[in-house]
Amino acid sequence: MRHIISILLENEAGALSRVSGLFSARGYNIESLTVAPTEDESLSRMTIVTSGSGDVIEQITKQLNKLVEVVKVVDLFEAPHIERELMLIKVRATAKDRDDMKRMSDIFRGRIIDVSEDTYTIELTGTGHKLDAFIEALGRSVILETARTGACGISRGQRVLRI
Amino acid sequence: MELSGAEILIKCLQAEKVEYVFGYPGGAVLFIYDELFKQNKVKHVLVRHEQGATHAADGYSRSSRKVGVALVTSGPGVTNAVTGIATAYMDSIPMVIISGQVPTHAIGLDAFQECDAVGITRPCVKHNFLVKDVKDLALTIKKAFYLASTGRPGPVLVDIPKDVTTDKCKFEYPETISMRSYNPVVKGHSGQIKKAAQLLIEAQRPMIYAGGGVILSDAAPQLTKLVRMLGFPCTNTLMGLGGFPATDKHFVGMLGMHGTYEANMAMQNCDVLVAIGARFDDRVIGDPAHFGQVPRKIIHIDIDPSSISKRVRVDVPIVGHVPDVLDDLIKLIDAGKQRPDAKALGAWWEQIKQWKTKDCLRYDRKSKIIKPQFVLEKLYEITKGDAIVTSDVGQHQMWAAQFYKFDKPRRWINSGGLGTMGFGLPAAMGAQLANPGASVVCVTGEASFQMCIQELSTCKQYRLPIKIINLNNRYMGMVRQWQQFFHGNRYSESYMDALPDFVKLAESYGHVGISIEKPADVEPALKEAFKRTEELVFMDFITDQTENVYPMVGGGKGLTEMILAEEL
Ligand SMILES: Cc1cc2nc3c(=O)[nH]c(=O)nc-3n(C[C@H](O)[C@H](O)[C@H](O)COP(=O)(O)OP(=O)(O)OC[C@H]3O[C@@H](n4cnc5c(N)ncnc54)[C@H](O)[C@@H]3O)c2cc1C
Ligand SMILES: Cc1ncc(C[n+]2csc(CCOP(=O)(O)OP(=O)(O)O)c2C)c(N)n1
Ligand SMILES: [Mg+2]
Repeated sequence: MRHIISILLENEAGALSRVSGLFSARGYNIESLTVAPTEDESLSRMTIVTSGSGDVIEQITKQLNKLVEVVKVVDLFEAPHIERELMLIKVRATAKDRDDMKRMSDIFRGRIIDVSEDTYTIELTGTGHKLDAFIEALGRSVILETARTGACGISRGQRVLRI
Repeated sequence: MELSGAEILIKCLQAEKVEYVFGYPGGAVLFIYDELFKQNKVKHVLVRHEQGATHAADGYSRSSRKVGVALVTSGPGVTNAVTGIATAYMDSIPMVIISGQVPTHAIGLDAFQECDAVGITRPCVKHNFLVKDVKDLALTIKKAFYLASTGRPGPVLVDIPKDVTTDKCKFEYPETISMRSYNPVVKGHSGQIKKAAQLLIEAQRPMIYAGGGVILSDAAPQLTKLVRMLGFPCTNTLMGLGGFPATDKHFVGMLGMHGTYEANMAMQNCDVLVAIGARFDDRVIGDPAHFGQVPRKIIHIDIDPSSISKRVRVDVPIVGHVPDVLDDLIKLIDAGKQRPDAKALGAWWEQIKQWKTKDCLRYDRKSKIIKPQFVLEKLYEITKGDAIVTSDVGQHQMWAAQFYKFDKPRRWINSGGLGTMGFGLPAAMGAQLANPGASVVCVTGEASFQMCIQELSTCKQYRLPIKIINLNNRYMGMVRQWQQFFHGNRYSESYMDALPDFVKLAESYGHVGISIEKPADVEPALKEAFKRTEELVFMDFITDQTENVYPMVGGGKGLTEMILAEEL
């Protein structure tokens, strides 16, 4: 099953490679991994989307907790949560298609953030599924380039991940 | 006053009361060596290969419960050390490894003798550090010792660029340390301990399975008390030997791939199993599916949550430090009125006695060729079970584990998790330095011994009177055994050809060498060797080439699917 694991870790050089090294050394899946400093600069927050049986996910969280630089680990799937991913997508938009593109972007609540003579660059956020659906809806032939961040997530309501 | 990084490092080692540093110099650590030279509190032991340095620091630690320290130079120094670091990591041994690194400004430029020490060792250390600023050095060393020795112990590497050893700053060694991201649990959860106590009292066919965690946490007294108080059978893993007295009537021998018949049968047939500081290794439980076939309740005490329910689901996990948890458990059982069901326990012991009649460690005592088991029995007799025994890896290791009865912890020193050939001799050096008056014996094989043979020179330099028992079967015996059992007797590359004359070899290093070819000469040779309390004696026992280690659970087989001597 798919899980989203959020990690607070010391914002130190090398911490990222410890986490990614752990996943490759122990053969765990990584669907995506995102990381950036938090409002507290000494900490980074990492979001890993992974999949595995209950036993595997339990080992993943235990092994992550064991890393000396990891401060806290939560499996967002244990409670209601929100998941978002950002995609920047550059599409071919020549005269006759431009209106179509614009409409499609609006339907998906995307924003056109760069325009050239025959391209649009659209910014879109949502779950991975929504981004996939947008790609499908546009049709691959018009897509010139995509850049996706991978998912990040947060619990709903009162639940917070902090130290 | 400002001190250089090298001075600070030595001051830190002094503050940690480090007695010995095992090392080998080189360009990146020259300033550190210069500071070592200027003082005499921290003694340096010059090994002959960096693998030897790490194994010696490891053997020092295992035999003394202190943190072992190794010092190596950048590049090849640290790559040579990796095997010893990984060995310590797999067996959770507290060590601090200091490695030199090229100057900070040269890092990443493929400088001479540059290698990414932090990257190379990352998967085989508890933690590692690259010190980029001399101001961080003292705190980092403090953290390294703290991390190595607390929680589940392990090796910690500190990589120090050369310019950091010359840069200066004020020196202050922190008295204590706390890290928000590292808080090992010590006390066990009281509710869980209560559940465990109840299960123990109600057990009809209980079994106690204790491992290396008991040794690492010095919990042998508590374990012994618990077992005797309950009257339950107890087994030890290869790493746990000595954690419970082998001569005690409750001891059923080692378990696992080469465990006793009775220990393995009891593991499979018990109704309540208590795992204490043991990690359900594949060499211990065999095929996990087979192991899980029978219903039994499992209690697991371990300081590392990731050891729990990793390979086997358990019913009562208790995260904590073994001595603390056992103290609580003992107190709870003591205070309660209930005692184990004596009748059920009696029947269970009857069953175990039945299994014991298999006499699974039996061997041909009338053999005209020296049997390796015989040598170890004699060794046990002559040393009165009081030696510190290190070993290499192979058949000789298993026979030592089976035939030398360890009554005390930290007397049996071997590489279990990584199974590193070459471990025995350097580990014995560390053990001898940590225990100057003790009899230190290295049980080895002619193949393993050649992997760190150069350390015979170190033994001479530091006058280490180690007794080496070479069970020379002219084969990589353990490999040969697998080839005999599972590869149709095709002894592919397992014959040890072109062996040196070990007696002359020992002599050329300035030691005493003895060759023993007849069973009748075994005892006299051992006696002669142990009389030479000041000298290293290398005993080359020419043993039966065809002897195998029994019982044996083949790879992937169930724990009770043992090959016994009689079946061949
Ligand atoms: C040729 C060969 C054959 C082998 N055959 C066998 C065999 O027949 N039988 C056998 O048993 N082994 C055998 N081994 C060894 C095997 O590979 C493992 O190394 C060994 O079984 C592991 O022992 P352990 O479970 O006691 O764990 P260890 O590796 O000693 O681990 C210790 C456990 O205790 C925990 N711990 C550490 N400190 C504490 C603390 N303070 N409080 C609580 N818990 C703590 C750790 O987290 C860990 O889970 C063999 C090895 C070789 C090389
Ligand atoms: C460094 C290393 N390489 C290879 C092995 C695989 N191996 C395990 S036992 C063994 C043979 C050991 O032979 P020897 O030291 O003569 O001991 P014996 O089994 O004959 O007693 C080998 C090659 C290992 N454990 N370690
Ligand atoms: Mg051999």
